[in-house]
Amino acid sequence: MKTDDLVALLSTNVEPVDRNAVVRTLSIAIAAGTTVALGIAFAGLGFRADLATTRALAFLAIKLAFAIGVVGLALVYLTRLARPGGEQKISPFLVAVPFLVIVALAAVSLGAAPRAHWDRMIVGDEWLECLLSIPVIAIVPFAVSIWAVRKGAPTNLRRAGAFAGLIAGGASAIAYALHCTEDSLPFIAVWYGGTIVLCTLAGAALGPRLLRW
Amino acid sequence: MTPLEIELKALMLASLKGDAASHRSLLDQLSRRLRGYYKAKLAAIGRDTSEAEDLVQEAVLAVHIKRHTYDPREPLTPWVHAIARYKLIDFLRRNRGSLADVPIDAADEVMADDDHAGTESTYDVRRLIERLPEGMQCAIKAVKLDGLNVAEAARRCGLSESGVKVNIHRGLKALAALIARETRT
Repeated sequence: MKTDDLVALLSTNVEPVDRNAVVRTLSIAIAAGTTVALGIAFAGLGFRADLATTRALAFLAIKLAFAIGVVGLALVYLTRLARPGGEQKISPFLVAVPFLVIVALAAVSLGAAPRAHWDRMIVGDEWLECLLSIPVIAIVPFAVSIWAVRKGAPTNLRRAGAFAGLIAGGASAIAYALHCTEDSLPFIAVWYGGTIVLCTLAGAALGPRLLRW
Repeated sequence: MTPLEIELKALMLASLKGDAASHRSLLDQLSRRLRGYYKAKLAAIGRDTSEAEDLVQEAVLAVHIKRHTYDPREPLTPWVHAIARYKLIDFLRRNRGSLADVPIDAADEVMADDDHAGTESTYDVRRLIERLPEGMQCAIKAVKLDGLNVAEAARRCGLSESGVKVNIHRGLKALAALIARETRT
């Protein structure tokens, strides 16, 4: 077939196009993914019982601020990565900011505590649960994010996959924070930060296969 | 900003609003630039330039299907270049080409050559349309080949009007996938 004929075919009865489709699809997907993650955390683990206490609320706020910061920044980048050539307009280092902040806070908090408490502050009682829960809860938000990015046209599949994984990990951490009773900054930095990074790496590994178009 | 960028971007903005003449003119001009780009790239890595026409059509189809991903605040050339390059790399991967051979190129290279010496592609889109599922096939034939409007097409195919639109959209995507499979050697 001649290219002219293909152009003629494609130009017959052209529909107007919704220019906000990329941003809207991604935003709806992330909102839906986070809602499902909250549902899974509530049904599977239950929310922590001491939510009325000031200390619990303060740590919940820190965990949420960290996770929401990760999701918000990653969403900004993912809306660019979902467009052709979007990877060239960004330097993705800003997404490291929430991680650097939480690591700095953790370091300060360790510095202020006696050495004998460090093990307990870093490892806590729930590290294994956290290590397993965040990636497992992240599966649904990850699937929805990938679906939304596929609606666009990413041209750097590894990076787009990584950011989909980052968002999924962040959304999952938002949900898990409502259950987790481990209230220590080093714990949050290592186990929340670490599992979100794991989700990001998984996304980078799966991106080229899942996002091809 | 080059005069070509300004002209093509204006056509793109009109085409996004649903202006068929602008869309046609845009795809027509892009196909000529893409032909020049792909011929140059394939020649540079020592492949037969007869494969260029298949790539041109894949890229034109991609520009059409993915036009909602163009951000009007940005220039058009880098967007077209990103699609053209992505399709080139994807094509070489499918055809066991060496990706290491694809040099990094600047965005304006995609607009550098105007080549209107179009040839036949190695596949026939009309024949590929026959392989689509019934609904997609009917919707695309009615609206895109016979030029019926959506309401008429809905009546002919026994679909709702939104069903016709969805079937055209999915059908073109399926068509792009068929072309990709067809051009695998």
